[in-house]
Amino acid sequence: MKFFHLVWAGLWRNRARTVFTLLSIAVAFLLFGLLQGVNAWFGSLAGGSHADRLIVVSRVSQIEPMPIAHLRRIEQVPGVRRATHVGAFFGTYQSRGNDVSVLATDPGALFDIYPDWQVSPDQLRAMTGTRTGALVGELLMKAYGWKVGDRVPLRTSLVKQDGSTDWHFEIVGTFSVTGSAAQANRIIVNYDYFDEARQFDKGRVFAFIVSIDDPTRSAQMCATIDALFANSSDETLTQNEAEYAQAQIRQLGDVSAMVNAIVGAVLFTLLFLTGNTMGQSVRERIPELAVLKAIGYPDTMVTALVLVESLLLCLLAAALGLAIAAALFPVTEALGVGGGALPWDVIGFGIAIAAALALASGVPPAWRVRRLTIVDALAGR
Amino acid sequence: MAAVVSLKNVIKCYVRGAQRVEVLHGLSLEVAEGEFLALMGPSGSGKTTLLNLVAGIDRPDRGDIVVAGERISTHSSRQLARWRARHVGYVFQFYNLMPLLTAEQNVELPLLLTSLSKAQRSANVRIALHLVGLSDRGSHKPAELSGGQQQRVAIARALVADPTLLVCDEPTGDLDRYTAEQILDLLQMVNREQGKTIVMVTHDPRAADRATRQLHLDKGRLMDPDTLAAA
Repeated sequence: MKFFHLVWAGLWRNRARTVFTLLSIAVAFLLFGLLQGVNAWFGSLAGGSHADRLIVVSRVSQIEPMPIAHLRRIEQVPGVRRATHVGAFFGTYQSRGNDVSVLATDPGALFDIYPDWQVSPDQLRAMTGTRTGALVGELLMKAYGWKVGDRVPLRTSLVKQDGSTDWHFEIVGTFSVTGSAAQANRIIVNYDYFDEARQFDKGRVFAFIVSIDDPTRSAQMCATIDALFANSSDETLTQNEAEYAQAQIRQLGDVSAMVNAIVGAVLFTLLFLTGNTMGQSVRERIPELAVLKAIGYPDTMVTALVLVESLLLCLLAAALGLAIAAALFPVTEALGVGGGALPWDVIGFGIAIAAALALASGVPPAWRVRRLTIVDALAGR
Repeated sequence: MAAVVSLKNVIKCYVRGAQRVEVLHGLSLEVAEGEFLALMGPSGSGKTTLLNLVAGIDRPDRGDIVVAGERISTHSSRQLARWRARHVGYVFQFYNLMPLLTAEQNVELPLLLTSLSKAQRSANVRIALHLVGLSDRGSHKPAELSGGQQQRVAIARALVADPTLLVCDEPTGDLDRYTAEQILDLLQMVNREQGKTIVMVTHDPRAADRATRQLHLDKGRLMDPDTLAAA
């Protein structure tokens, strides 16, 4: 610690250059934190999924609707605890960009199948008694300043019986999702009303969600359900929730590889930047470092001072970038691509990368200092 | 008095490109404890090379160098660094202070290599700055000091660890006449009152006059005083 002021003074020898380098590294680690955070969030989607929940979609395409009559046959499969149907569509609230996801379902069954989705029994009862009722996720309520009792207009691409594409729902309650607040960003409406009011695709649904008694038998249950509809005009593809989530992520592309490629390119560029900064900084201070050697500082100590300076620069900047990323990360929740706090393993990984970056960019100038001969350095050779 | 510095048949060569140049040709020299030696001579005569060898920041190609009782010509670079920290205070022509450190922090640099506590280091720094007459400039950075004051800080830095030997490479070369006299007064005082052995390289005859002994180098050889007197 008694050498700290010496390292600190070396770091700020050229204030402007250090500030710009620090900001560049901080911005790179801000990007790293946000992208890796989102990456981790995608990973956790599959990880947090339940093997005791199955998703049934059309084998032709995930957006191909299926007849609601499938529900009755699925419910009769031994081992099925409860099942429900889901119709899904997007609506726009007031202006473009305010897109909301709407699930048309049997709310009672849905909340039974998803015990981590929390709604008050009174509001669930109110939903049953209000055909145009809606239960709105807490995130959406907050985002648009809605309150229970509001009548919410949504512009959609779905044509109603009267020819209009504007749908109105009355908010009867709100719901939250334990452990994944980001999922509380949708609206749940009564399928019966939705199906009755729409002009096309009547009696058809987007998916079935099935809760089973024994999660260890999920593969067998999937096969049994799919076998029910084999060779029919509406064949099904049944997966447990984890497999389904992974398939959804794969549809977006290999997010992890994409994120890693971007972050890798940024950090590789950063290596040149910090290497150049450290190189310049040491070049400018050759006589000063030679003086330290002349007054008795061993080669190893002067080398260590340069390396510690590089570590200090990179770790300070990375800490700043990751701190800003941690502060901003909750915002990604509203965008639907993240949630909660920035994971600690992302922060730890970032710090480890910063240390590696510091060593990689600090070793060449430190080695140069180690080999420095005092006489030549003082003579400016 | 016992010799603090003893050089025997020292040869030093430099390689510049394809050329190998012998700078010192079998030079022998002794400096007694408490002596103030001025090394003079024209540019390229080998004065600074000799000083660097005595200070242990360069190695001879041949010959023996014993300083403060240690044969430093056979020391490894690690041993030399440790030896320099203990026995040598170096004063440069251009002060060579750390620009972002205060005068106190600059003077403290050699003490960071010791096991002294912070309080002990601070006390020693205060004494050294007092000795050079800069007690009230401790918190100033080099850019806030005049050339003479910066050289005083450099002398304080050289003295703070109480080295056996003070080596000065043209300590007044970058100063005006008046300031140079003050620095020479200071060196003389350190030599007389503290008994510090000083080896100083200078071009300036008036600076050399302050020393207790003068030696002249020419083309890597020490000149015979009688020859010089005759010349």
